[in-house]
Amino acid sequence: MTAHDEVPRPHDDEVTLAACPDGPLLLRGPARIVDDRGRDVPRHRATVALCRCGGTAIPPWCDGTHKVNGYRSET
Amino acid sequence: MSSLPVRETGSGPTNGALPRGSAPRGAAARLPVPRPRGPLSALLLTTLTAGPPPESADSWASPLLWAAEEAADAADDPLRDDDTQLALAVLYELHHRGVERVDDAWEWEPGLLSARRVLEVPFEAALRRRAGQPVATESDAAGFARRLFEFVADDDGPALARYLARRAGREQAREWLALRSLYQLREADPHSWALPRLAGAPKSALVEIQADEYGGGRTGRTHAELFARTLRGAGLDDRYGRYVDVAPVPVLAALNTMSFLGLHRRLRGAIIGHLAAYEMTSPIPSRLYGDGFRRLGYDTDTTLYFDEHVEADAVHEQIAARDLAGRLVEQEPGLRDDVLFGAAVCLAVEGDAAAHTLACWNEGRSALRAPLDDPEET
Ligand code: FES
Ligand SMILES: [Fe+2]
Ligand SMILES: [Fe+2]
Repeated sequence: MTAHDEVPRPHDDEVTLAACPDGPLLLRGPARIVDDRGRDVPRHRATVALCRCGGTAIPPWCDGTHKVNGYRSET
Repeated sequence: MSSLPVRETGSGPTNGALPRGSAPRGAAARLPVPRPRGPLSALLLTTLTAGPPPESADSWASPLLWAAEEAADAADDPLRDDDTQLALAVLYELHHRGVERVDDAWEWEPGLLSARRVLEVPFEAALRRRAGQPVATESDAAGFARRLFEFVADDDGPALARYLARRAGREQAREWLALRSLYQLREADPHSWALPRLAGAPKSALVEIQADEYGGGRTGRTHAELFARTLRGAGLDDRYGRYVDVAPVPVLAALNTMSFLGLHRRLRGAIIGHLAAYEMTSPIPSRLYGDGFRRLGYDTDTTLYFDEHVEADAVHEQIAARDLAGRLVEQEPGLRDDVLFGAAVCLAVEGDAAAHTLACWNEGRSALRAPLDDPEET
């Protein structure tokens, strides 16, 4: 089982972060995402994927680049 | 962009008033009656447009069944046979949005279902031959998802996306939009047929993906509507099914594959595998498509559809592989081969449509059955 599998789906105001092996972190729930100056980064959808490979062209979101840049996660 | 019910096409051959009998934009428009491509589709369309189903099926059901049997026998490769693929597309359309001038009562006519069955048996056999049956030993969600990612990574689908990014001219880009419009104006619909057939974790995962496909419930934000904007931005007609007559047979086969897998509950694993493979092959090509349309000078309203898919499908592919396909296989290990077949058939038929398009362009000709500026086609 990976970390992703152990994360239950959130209820109401619960926030969960699911680590996808060799890929992004899936964020569910009403978390605010802020940039380095504390400004809100608008979320366009209920569930978002945060890049953790560093290779995305649309930070902070994943754009699938992790599949072609050889990124390997621990979880 | 204006929200008035006004056609917003740019320059191009497709300006003009709505033809009589077609629904206003925004309503669930029907497929325009296509031109027949052989004896079976000719008989089918004549039968359907003659009026509501007659009291007795004697006059039409047997001739149609014979025509279906003959056409199926005559087709060397069902996936490349225009007549039977168009007939299937029309029959399936009765379950989607309907066909102009065809009475809704035809949808569940047993005679039509019999004829469809005659076409579906060789169609399914051809799909299975074409796609092959990938194998997996994993039946836990994480392991199966890993296997799916490996399988999909072997696909070299992006060749067409790279061509559009770097080399395609405006006419080719517009042709490609016209071809995609058959599916993209009903985007996500055939996969939604799986919803009532699932339960538990995979059902929730499918809801999570489809909610996003349908714009999170916000009017005007469904992916189909974003694609309609792209069509208008490129000076094309955004009416549902408008380009059916110019669609070459591999495009119809890819479209029919989704309807076939989606309508048959026994193939629910396969439509889920299809969705997973579709999502998993979308983020990187979507970026290339967006690059291509930007290179050609199209505005942000036109490229929004592609930008949305870079971001959305990077989410969807994770949910589709792990929580949807993975959890489904974990829940019902007997569906594992079907899920893999669905993924394989998605890559195969979508790849065939892309390969056909690229081959035509490399030979310097239109990828459509008639070029977009052909006055016959307006
Ligand atoms: S994790 Fe997907 S692009 Fe970085
Ligand atoms: Fe979509
Ligand atoms: Fe998607």
